[in-house]
Amino acid sequence: MSKTLSEKLWERHLVHEAPGDQDLLYIDMHLVHEVTSPQAFDGLRLANRPVRRPDLTLATADHNVPTIHIDRPIADPVSATQLRALDTNCAAFGIELYPLAHPNQGIVHVIGPELGLTMPGMTVVCGDSHTSTHGAFGALAFGIGTSEVEHVMATQCLPQIRPRTMAITVDGDLQPGVTAKDVILAIIGMIGTGGGIGHIIEYRGSVIRALSMEGRMTICNMSIEAGAKAGMIAPDDTTFAYVEGRKYAPRGVLWERALDDWRTLPTDSAAEFARDVALDGSAIRPHVSWGTNPGQVVPIDGAVPSPESFDDAGAREVAARALTYMGLVPGTPMREIAVDTVFIGSCTNSRIEDLRLAADVVAGRTVKPNVRAMVVPGSMMVRAQAEVEGLDRIFKDAGFEWRAAGCSMCLGMNADKLRAGERCASTSNRNFEGRQGPGGRTHLVSPAVAAATAIAGTFATPSELG
Amino acid sequence: MQPVTRIVGTAAPLDRSDVDTDQIIPASWLKRVERTGFGIGLFSAWRENDPDFVLNRPEFGGAKILIAGPNFGIGSSREHAVWALTDFGFEAVVSPRFGDIFRNNATKTGLVPVVVSEEFGEALLRAVEHDPTLEIMIDVAEGWISAPSVGLESEFTLDEFTRHRLLEGLDDIGLSLRHVDKISAYETGRPAWMPSVDPD
Ligand code: SF4
Repeated sequence: MSKTLSEKLWERHLVHEAPGDQDLLYIDMHLVHEVTSPQAFDGLRLANRPVRRPDLTLATADHNVPTIHIDRPIADPVSATQLRALDTNCAAFGIELYPLAHPNQGIVHVIGPELGLTMPGMTVVCGDSHTSTHGAFGALAFGIGTSEVEHVMATQCLPQIRPRTMAITVDGDLQPGVTAKDVILAIIGMIGTGGGIGHIIEYRGSVIRALSMEGRMTICNMSIEAGAKAGMIAPDDTTFAYVEGRKYAPRGVLWERALDDWRTLPTDSAAEFARDVALDGSAIRPHVSWGTNPGQVVPIDGAVPSPESFDDAGAREVAARALTYMGLVPGTPMREIAVDTVFIGSCTNSRIEDLRLAADVVAGRTVKPNVRAMVVPGSMMVRAQAEVEGLDRIFKDAGFEWRAAGCSMCLGMNADKLRAGERCASTSNRNFEGRQGPGGRTHLVSPAVAAATAIAGTFATPSELG
Repeated sequence: MQPVTRIVGTAAPLDRSDVDTDQIIPASWLKRVERTGFGIGLFSAWRENDPDFVLNRPEFGGAKILIAGPNFGIGSSREHAVWALTDFGFEAVVSPRFGDIFRNNATKTGLVPVVVSEEFGEALLRAVEHDPTLEIMIDVAEGWISAPSVGLESEFTLDEFTRHRLLEGLDDIGLSLRHVDKISAYETGRPAWMPSVDPD
């Protein structure tokens, strides 16, 4: 029978299935971080259970770490306690941990792929909703809650309801200056924040095939913003070339065997999806969000919409609330909106390719006076690579702060926060109320638009800079 | 987990769609390493900034059921959102659509996610706004939600496994461990190219 990529992966990982039970899936890699794990470790202790497969578990500290002065003691005592709990728990349960300042430390979804721990055909979970990122490799990857973290630790399995399949096909050619971030923002703008609930999305089409692995990760990363259980892209030569030679990638005969296996994964040509959505890639423009959820976006050439322009009453109300929170007036051209802060970072856009692109835009230019601009590399490896390439100098010379790795202002758990009323162009993934700091106003953009906006002071694309 | 068979009580109407888990429990609360004490953080930004916010209104004090618009619990995977709701006193949330991770998290702690049609959700929300003392019944065993005094009732679906777990108060790790032989057998057949983490 013809099957989709996600169906093949689901079936390969079935440990148990029976009527009246949820499917029990085997988990090939479990990534752990400090925020969603302490209560799971406590649960194991209470029930006197070990971690079944510490060798399939990797921990790092990312959400709650400082990104400056990382060699000093952590100032916030509550954060320090949480990071200490991760150290103690990993030591007690035999889990490998990349702590703050370790050369492999970084955002879970950046370090998994760069170490070669994320590969096609695997199941990957993490107590973090953006685990969907790893689906870019043709892996089945999804975010879980703390009870499920404990479940995976104890059993290396998870009971799950089988999601429905959904294809999103983006054909055509992207116009110059349009990036993967713009593609995914356009998709969420179209299907909405609940559009993917209960589904695993497979992204297909010529635009997706032409993307680098970094671009594909950006797309899959934001699947959760459309509500999807997971996002996936079929593995191909681009995938294999990225994986080959990485720390945990198989070598020699095993590599050949893996390749043979991975080539059988793509969706069969006769397979059908429960839902099909298509977008014309050639028509996508750079996008900016205007509201307080990632579906509230417009092309940068557009203007702040008026609530009356929405068909249903619910959407009108949500839009009106969002505009009040964001302090925006309908009809204002996006290009005339000034920002206070620019944040280049997060698991969506903090990989080396993102930093190269942004550095290219700011090289030889200066950040607009009174704009605070910062670059937070996704991992210490990305940071080191950027420094080898001299990107740090370019950013610093332009007036950006150059930080150590972590989630930072993506969620404002550490000291990197927006103040109330501050407006930020951010390469992250969530523009929820208060996400980057209480009262802060977030506009989601690509690294190219973020970089150009830092220079112009108002939303801009690189091509408009003088 | 305590068994949950029936919930009877009043409700609080949260007339908003797309309520994300960052609103349910803002990030500043996530530094705690315990499972308890999150109730004071529930919707803290909205409670602090809006005196008319539903949870600030005394007539909805003591509500056991939260009625919200579509797409409740989207966004971050933080189970702290569920712990905040239960710690505050909620035993069920009613919405036409839940974020998948939130919904899973809820059932692990015994917070019942009640998925209803948009029409029913809207009607129930209006009825509760009109009469904050309205008594609502949720029957987990039968999969029914009703407000008898205003003649509203509807079925809701839960998968068999989840219903069984809620009714019996079962620990689902224990349930999975019944299959430990199958897990071990599966492990012997995993491809050799799959990675395992080396200690540094
Ligand atoms: S960068 Fe942001 S979205 Fe990504 S894992 Fe960290 S907090 Fe979550």
